[in-house]
Amino acid sequence: MSPAFNPTVTLAAGEASEHRTLIIILFSIFVLATLVITVWAGRQTKDAADFYAGGRQFTGFQNGLAVSGDYMSAASFLGIAGAIALFGYDGFLYSIGFLVAWLVALLLVAEPLRNSGRYTMGDVLAYRMRQRPVRTAAGTSTIVVSIFYLLAQMAGAGVLVSLLLGITSDGGKIGIVALVGVLMIVYVTIGGMKGTTWVQMVKAVLLIAGALLLTFLVLLKFNFNVSDLLGSAASNSGKGSAFLEPGLKYGATGTTKLDFISLGIALVLGTAGLPHILIRFYTVPTAKAARKSVIWAIGLIGAFYLMTLALGFGAAALIKPDEIIASNKAGNTAAPLLALHLGGVDSNWGAILLATISAVAFATILAVVAGLTLASSSSFAHDIYANVIKRGQATEKQEMSAARYATVGIGAVSILLGALARDLNVAGLVALAFAVAASANLPTILYSLFWKRFTTSGALWSIYGGLVTAVGLVLFSPVVSGKPTSMFPDVDFHWFPLENPGIISIPVGFLLGVLGTYLSKEEPDTGKYAELEVRSLTGTGAV
Amino acid sequence: MATETPPPSKTPAQLPSTEEFVAVQESAEFGELRRSYRGFAFPLTVGFIAWYLLFVLLSNYAGDFMGTKLFGNINVAFVLGLAQFLTTFLIAWWYARTAAAKFDPKAEAIKSRMEGGE
Repeated sequence: MSPAFNPTVTLAAGEASEHRTLIIILFSIFVLATLVITVWAGRQTKDAADFYAGGRQFTGFQNGLAVSGDYMSAASFLGIAGAIALFGYDGFLYSIGFLVAWLVALLLVAEPLRNSGRYTMGDVLAYRMRQRPVRTAAGTSTIVVSIFYLLAQMAGAGVLVSLLLGITSDGGKIGIVALVGVLMIVYVTIGGMKGTTWVQMVKAVLLIAGALLLTFLVLLKFNFNVSDLLGSAASNSGKGSAFLEPGLKYGATGTTKLDFISLGIALVLGTAGLPHILIRFYTVPTAKAARKSVIWAIGLIGAFYLMTLALGFGAAALIKPDEIIASNKAGNTAAPLLALHLGGVDSNWGAILLATISAVAFATILAVVAGLTLASSSSFAHDIYANVIKRGQATEKQEMSAARYATVGIGAVSILLGALARDLNVAGLVALAFAVAASANLPTILYSLFWKRFTTSGALWSIYGGLVTAVGLVLFSPVVSGKPTSMFPDVDFHWFPLENPGIISIPVGFLLGVLGTYLSKEEPDTGKYAELEVRSLTGTGAV
Repeated sequence: MATETPPPSKTPAQLPSTEEFVAVQESAEFGELRRSYRGFAFPLTVGFIAWYLLFVLLSNYAGDFMGTKLFGNINVAFVLGLAQFLTTFLIAWWYARTAAAKFDPKAEAIKSRMEGGE
């Protein structure tokens, strides 16, 4: 970390500098502890079921905690708190979509998936289809969705570091992004799913504890009077009661309103198509335990999002909006800044709180990044390498070493892309991953499980069609070019007006599944569907 | 439509044959399980998605209504937002209870017969 750490650079927010040392110490403790866990888990990782599914021995509660740890990313913590701090009520809209989405996973996906698959989302997508084409498609969309999501986490890491360590040079930021990349490669290649699950459980506990502490301190400042908190946030924001109503971010024009609908649909339908979330259900022994994990996750994640309300409005009430924006244009540093202000700027408590919350945020990013990397590398190894390239003839050893090589490759790609995305709001970036997941993955998951007539052509049309539409629209949206906040602000090749493609790409994904099924002459494999349907609903033959 | 490679290949050796799966799929008992599961999960999914979309549309196009203050600085928008949290918790609890009472016994009966029948 030495090239990144330069004590002479002043902090963006202008605080005392000794807390940098503290941040680095706390962060190093977390990294060391997780590395110990990883090595310990690595010793117990012997076969593919250990590497991909953590031996399937976690309890429903443990996995619920790990699912929460996997889901509450930098987007939830830094992004939502920041969006609330800057846009008030409109930031809160994110958390509602992120939470309601879990019901789709609970009611329709988690248990059937656990009953009929083994390691990856592709196991279920390809179950009743021709293996090679559908596995290739499932692997492709898994990797694309995970990389979008990784991008958001990397952006979060870069942002935190520039605030906390006063690193403003591009070299320093890229150094940190590279450090995160290297750590995630170590976690996944050595610890596999077992190590990753424990890291996520530890992180979930830390994150919830950190959020509880800040929430308590915010509420204490306002004598536990929520109405006062909201009132101060509204007046300090300079926007008055509009700050507490929908519309500040999305209400400006007809286009932004449409963008909000698009975002809402993507959020609510995306979760059940996120590969890194879906593979977590393989870490428990039964579908009932998978159900229990989701119930725990809904409770923990819901409670956490309620706390982000206090964090976001607390930041809006206690910090001048200019200071939040000066520190990061997209508001991503509002939560750490809040910690500093709650403890007292220029006081030791402020420094300690800031350091603690920042270390928690780093832990959050590391754990999520590890989960994403595992999802994409296991899909590469199991779907593409073992079932497509080796046509199902790979040994477990070959498959696991393919997964480890893939981890290194994906780590490298995300380090490269992470450097590009550092000024985008991380919650916005994650919303794109949700849109891609809802367009490319969810239609085929649901059709495969519930629609007898569905065929290989339908699956391919839906996965590729949804994927290309979603990613294509993002490419030509203001997220990538044409606006000061774009990834490439200096060029303008955007023609799609919305930032989130969901409103178009999700219906396209669903529609193409139907069209592909009816327009091809292919007959569905009814025997395989009987197997999949009976297995998914009863658990017969579940591994 | 033959598959090119056997899918999940290391499932337990006693996995029943395709014919047996087809027979079970067509049985009245499995039909009952499918009907009770789908009859519960599908309408409920449509319901909570519609309720969520209603909230999204109100946020977009009914600003005055959403901004109506109810007590102190707490307005309709907050109450409806928190209501989304509450309904999510309730639906999750309701599903878990229904699944344990209604779906699990049927599923387990079919599963143990199929796995034990080899």
